[in-house]
Amino acid sequence: MSAAPTANTGLIETDQHGMKAHSDGGDAYVPVQSRAERFTSTSVDDFEKVTGFELEWKLTPISRIAALTEGELDGSAPATALPEGVAGVAASWVDRSDARIGTAGAPEERASANAWSSFEKALAIDVSGEELHEYRVIRSELGQTPRAAHTVITAAPFSQGLVILSNSGDAQLSENVEIVVGDQAQLTVVTVQEWTDESNHLASHFARVGRDARLRHIVISLGGGVVRVNPSIHLVETGADGSAFGAYFADAGQHLEQRVYIDHVAAQTKSRVKYKGALQGATARSVWVGDVLIGPHATGTDSYEENRNLVLSEGPRADSIPNLEIETGDIQGAGHASSTGRFDDEQLFYLQSRGIPEDEARRLVVRGFLAEIVAQIGSEQVESELSAAIEAELTRAQGI
Amino acid sequence: MSNLEIRDLHVSVETEQGTKQILKGVDLSIGEGETHAIMGPNGSGKSTLAYAIAGHPKYTVESGSVKLDGEEVLTMTVDERARAGLFLAMQYPVEIPGVSVSNFLRTAKTAIDGAAPPIRGWIKDLDSSMSQLRMDKSFRERNVNEGFSGGEKKRNEILQLELLKPKFAVLDETDSGLDVDALKIVSEGVNRAKANTGLGILLITHYNRILKYIQPDFVHVFVAGKVVEQGGPELAVRLENEGYDRFLSNVNVGS
Repeated sequence: MSAAPTANTGLIETDQHGMKAHSDGGDAYVPVQSRAERFTSTSVDDFEKVTGFELEWKLTPISRIAALTEGELDGSAPATALPEGVAGVAASWVDRSDARIGTAGAPEERASANAWSSFEKALAIDVSGEELHEYRVIRSELGQTPRAAHTVITAAPFSQGLVILSNSGDAQLSENVEIVVGDQAQLTVVTVQEWTDESNHLASHFARVGRDARLRHIVISLGGGVVRVNPSIHLVETGADGSAFGAYFADAGQHLEQRVYIDHVAAQTKSRVKYKGALQGATARSVWVGDVLIGPHATGTDSYEENRNLVLSEGPRADSIPNLEIETGDIQGAGHASSTGRFDDEQLFYLQSRGIPEDEARRLVVRGFLAEIVAQIGSEQVESELSAAIEAELTRAQGI
Repeated sequence: MSNLEIRDLHVSVETEQGTKQILKGVDLSIGEGETHAIMGPNGSGKSTLAYAIAGHPKYTVESGSVKLDGEEVLTMTVDERARAGLFLAMQYPVEIPGVSVSNFLRTAKTAIDGAAPPIRGWIKDLDSSMSQLRMDKSFRERNVNEGFSGGEKKRNEILQLELLKPKFAVLDETDSGLDVDALKIVSEGVNRAKANTGLGILLITHYNRILKYIQPDFVHVFVAGKVVEQGGPELAVRLENEGYDRFLSNVNVGS
């Protein structure tokens, strides 16, 4: 053997598969609860006060978000800038009694239920055009008053759409976003968090994907104190396809959390989950939980979920917990992967050996690492804004 | 006239069994436009020499010097060495996810030259080098080395060699894993770089095969961490016929 250096990636493959036993674990252990059996209610009173011991909350700094889980929320329509004249997309503020509300799911925890109990008007976005158009909703003036929001995005059968929720400025926000994808519709929903450090944001997204329909759901979290975005995607009709992508960059003091739930209800459904995060600074924190449930009728399904974390300094903590429940023997594929590691020295050496200074090489690697997710959005404008935002995060992180 | 002077170079590496001496006093002088082949059996330290010159952090220089036009290279960072005019074509180039070939090449060229290349001339150079290396234009948008075949990775290394225009290049077993067509294409690229820029080459190889396409001026036999014999191209032919046995008889393997 020649003495070429071997790759030393520092990767730690986690072998923790989460809090539930594998289904092949024999009769010695019965899972506490299947994801499908979790309690849901739209009323905050049906949930106990959050203690931090709950499965849902035990990785979250609950003292920082008490105003959202326990306090009273302003339910008036939040300041929202809506684009005008986008063909095939219409939006309006509707009452709680609107038939669209409650069609995609219901809260599984108290912050979500608190928002549901509190909102007065919901933003209804209807995508009906068969040509793909971008519809970008901007919320940048929510202020520091704890508030609730509710959004329902409906894609009519055969429609195509790209809906982007762009969030910046101050916010203390707990919200629910419902997403209903009609038969054969193709919808992409992107939520971008670039809040100030003083902001906190808890979001539950509930999606129902129809027959041969496709949903691409993308979460980009860069700014905010505690940001927790939990998408639940229910593949309820044959041939439904759901992808959940996410990218996050946690600096010191930030807690960025995402709990992804893919629910394969119908046969021949397909899902892909890919979340990638970078962490910098001793108190930077990220949580990724990926639950995939393949139900008893979900034969012929194909699913894969993965989470990759790149730790850029000493001290950050990244939790990465994939959970897979399979209730049928007839599936095409089901897999998961998780890794949390430091910079790949060989990548840095390669770039430096081409004259690229170390700090620039590091930026290039991180940017490339997250670019894979950003490139999924499908909006040049938003992608280039996010690339610039990631670049700014990196420059700030390096103190240059 | 540029020159690269390696003097009494001792290099060690940390292993699970402790510090292991690999290079035990290497002396080499390479002048501008010269091609030196380093041949030796597996484990003789050929690749260590390549990576030590480039500054890989895994290798510790115990003593000696590597001077490029009189400047000590060993105190430079990896990127400073590249900017000073050194290039290492790697045996196993790594993948850089999410970084396109074109972005990477442009970033490297900008770093080496100290200024971004004029866009028009740059695209022209890139297109022409890629087409001579039989690389499809689609490579520009692919992520660096991701999903590349072995031959594609080697072409990508030589593409960088042509575009970055170093003074001296170390080619670490660039011939390994190449079929004869790819070997010819890659060799032509090296020869072009040499003709265009007066590149000095340290060609590390286990086999005589690549020397049919890249003519060496000097051949050095490398055994147990040092040069044990030097000669002209005829030495490579002799090695091909006789193997390395006559050099190994007085070496204690594993010492």
